[in-house]
Amino acid sequence: MILLLLTASLYVVVAALMVVAVRRKDGTARKAIEFTAKDFLHLLPRLVLGVIGAGYLARILPQDVVLALIGPDSGIRGLLAASVAGALTPGGPVVGFALGSAALKSGAGYAQITAFVTAWSLFALNRTLIWELPMMPSWFVRLRILVSLPVPLIVAALVMLAA
Amino acid sequence: MSDAPQRRRIDWSFWSVAILSGGAAGLVLHREGWAVFLEVLAEDSLLFVEIVPKVLAGTLIGALVRLLVPKETIAASLGAGSSWRGLLLATAAGILIPAGPFTVFPLAAALLVAGADAGAAAAFISAWLLLGINRALVWEIPFFGAHFVGLRMLASAWAPLAIGYAARLLAARMTPAQKAEAAE
Repeated sequence: MILLLLTASLYVVVAALMVVAVRRKDGTARKAIEFTAKDFLHLLPRLVLGVIGAGYLARILPQDVVLALIGPDSGIRGLLAASVAGALTPGGPVVGFALGSAALKSGAGYAQITAFVTAWSLFALNRTLIWELPMMPSWFVRLRILVSLPVPLIVAALVMLAA
Repeated sequence: MSDAPQRRRIDWSFWSVAILSGGAAGLVLHREGWAVFLEVLAEDSLLFVEIVPKVLAGTLIGALVRLLVPKETIAASLGAGSSWRGLLLATAAGILIPAGPFTVFPLAAALLVAGADAGAAAAFISAWLLLGINRALVWEIPFFGAHFVGLRMLASAWAPLAIGYAARLLAARMTPAQKAEAAE
């Protein structure tokens, strides 16, 4: 039900923006649809893989290993392991979420998966190499990563306290 | 992802996931047989059907915002604020912007050039990565459920401001020579 409402609200935003675009009468709306078609076709195979693949991965991940490494009782070491795994997981919108939810299904802890998702979000290596470094000065990229280093652990610790 | 400057996306991340997923599916079939294999497939196909309309909406919103709001406008309004106001504005923009990396990083780079504020640029990128609404609605909630995502976001709410503030303090201590050296 909540999901349905969320989806509906997304389409309300789409409709509002579409009205603005159509009123411009300069081809903005048509261009937007062209852009969308291109992006969507690019994402679709990744989505299929990410979603379906995550189910099979969850099925084969050995639960005892997942529990020992990043289970709810794995403590600080589990948080560190999850953070490192997140930083090394390739980017792209699906991969980290798919792997994280697979691990969660196999018994990983909330806080550990929070550390994983946060580290993946902040540091995913191939996003940094492919997108960030070519577009931003390298001193800035280093600075951003340096000051972000403790963030996954602190965020996960907060989740641990709340849960 | 249409105004990508160069689509260097012969994508080892895609192929590594493909191989990993294919291997996992093969292993499930081999170990547990067709019944389990199909059961997993059915379950995840349902999740897939649930996500697709959201992804379509997300890409539509991304394309429309990209076309309707000029980058210069966003960069100018973000560069305007100093001190905490600048960090807050940058954080809010990062939360709201429904764009991909090929929009966000050039915008952040424009901030560096225009206002020379590494803090706002870092807060903007971090907010987009950690708290982006579009990403949460389209991708994260279908995988994890609203409870996990809400908790994660609540616990992360402070982070873009702190990252921005720390980046600003450290950047102010760097000399131009250090920045040039780091760029080697």
